[in-house]
Amino acid sequence: MTATKEPPALTPDITSRPIAERHRRSPFPVVDLYRSSVGKKWVMALTGVALMGFVFFHMVGNLKMYLGPVDFNHYAEFLRELLVPILPRTVALWLMRIGLIVAFVLHIHCAYGLTVINRKARPTKYQSPRDYVAVSWAARTMRWSGIIVGLFLLFHLADLTWGIHAVNSEFVRGEAYQNLAYSLDRWPVALLYIIGNLALGFHLYHGTWSLFQTVGSMSPRFNPRHNPIRRGFAAGFAILVAGVNISFPIMVLAGVVG
Amino acid sequence: MNLTLKVWRQEGPDAAGRFETYQANDVKDEMSFLEMLDNVNEALIEDGREPITFDSDCREGICGTCGLMINGQAHGPQKGTATCQLHMRKFTDGETIVIEPWRAAAFPVQKDLMVDRSALDAIIEAGGYISADTGAPRDANEILVPKPAADTAMDAAACIGCGACVAACPNGAGQLFTSAKLAHLNLLPQGQAERWKRTEDMVETMELFFGSCTNYGECQEACPKEIPIDFIALMNRDYLKSKIKNRKLIGQG
Ligand code: SF4
Ligand code: FES
Repeated sequence: MTATKEPPALTPDITSRPIAERHRRSPFPVVDLYRSSVGKKWVMALTGVALMGFVFFHMVGNLKMYLGPVDFNHYAEFLRELLVPILPRTVALWLMRIGLIVAFVLHIHCAYGLTVINRKARPTKYQSPRDYVAVSWAARTMRWSGIIVGLFLLFHLADLTWGIHAVNSEFVRGEAYQNLAYSLDRWPVALLYIIGNLALGFHLYHGTWSLFQTVGSMSPRFNPRHNPIRRGFAAGFAILVAGVNISFPIMVLAGVVG
Repeated sequence: MNLTLKVWRQEGPDAAGRFETYQANDVKDEMSFLEMLDNVNEALIEDGREPITFDSDCREGICGTCGLMINGQAHGPQKGTATCQLHMRKFTDGETIVIEPWRAAAFPVQKDLMVDRSALDAIIEAGGYISADTGAPRDANEILVPKPAADTAMDAAACIGCGACVAACPNGAGQLFTSAKLAHLNLLPQGQAERWKRTEDMVETMELFFGSCTNYGECQEACPKEIPIDFIALMNRDYLKSKIKNRKLIGQG
């Protein structure tokens, strides 16, 4: 009853054609896991948790905007000074950034791999319209909301981290508050921030709900079928993060801050 | 009642298919969906035309042979029933009903509405059994099974292998079927010896044919046995564990 080197061979009775190759099992379970779609889902879920942590603390940190330039810039500086003098200045920040980049890359790579598998699994579409019962709009648009969030992220980095001149002509390194206030005061930019965060909200909603399923926390052993707490948490988390983030451009445009 | 049917017709696995329109007249409320199709077929035969090919066997929802995409829903609009248990009272006079075969890479169309579901058999062959290579069976009441485990395993065992979960899934994923077959054995004491090998083998065989789960939940809505996606959660966890436990079992972990 022990592990074999590969999954069992298909008998001649099996007339459907496989869409993937049979692999010898790797001596390293991680390789097998990353190859399998169930394993890729684990990667999606775990990197998703890391990214959720990031967007949550990013949102909390940005709330300092309501306290004014001194507190906000102080917070920006604090991030660079994190763990000084244990580590040199900005090293802790860079370690976190590297972690995030790895999480992003894995998340996107797995999403791509899974999409390819799914396309192969249904080469001929239904020729008549489908009548979906369960699937939510947020779930069906995960790929799109993901792409929008990704593109928005690039814009956001160009705008406020790299300070690319074409995107943010008044950018001054280190003046986080002023840069942000200047940027969000331009309504097309504010609109982009709102759209990006709406997409983020939808993505977070299905992602948060989904990750519990993927890591198996809804096993029949604790059978809270269609767990309302999980739905509530997903909706609450998505609304909190997206809502607070969207409040920034709105408040700047309304002249409340800035 | 009189109905218009738009039915997928396809001569063979490699032929191009198309929808054809038929009239179903004098349909009674209490007819099952398949009886209605039988009547249409009789009329076609009398006319000297080729009848519509579709699968069925038990016609009481226990064998998993039937299965049609009816108006965009696997097994039609009624929840918790197979196509053979769907009655015509669910439809109204004058309605147009669109009937398509299951569609997935793993389920190639053989003819008209009949598909090859042997990919599901491949998953069962990979581990959907308990080895009892010798001796007489033990007395059933000799093995104690906790009530909740027995109940949950029974829920999973209700799967009839119809493939509606795959048909309903936008990704053509076979997770609901595989997870039900796994949970059915993995939750019981008799299933423990082969639990980790079974999980690894069945999941990896599933992945040869089917798509991946995006947690849409369409499968559990389509399932005639109302198998919940909770079993997929259990499978996800057991698969990860199997990768570690199977190595431990041969002293390598
Ligand atoms: S899980 Fe449900 S829908 Fe899927 S094969 Fe089994 S009975 Fe059919
Ligand atoms: S014919 Fe047996 S389940 Fe429908």
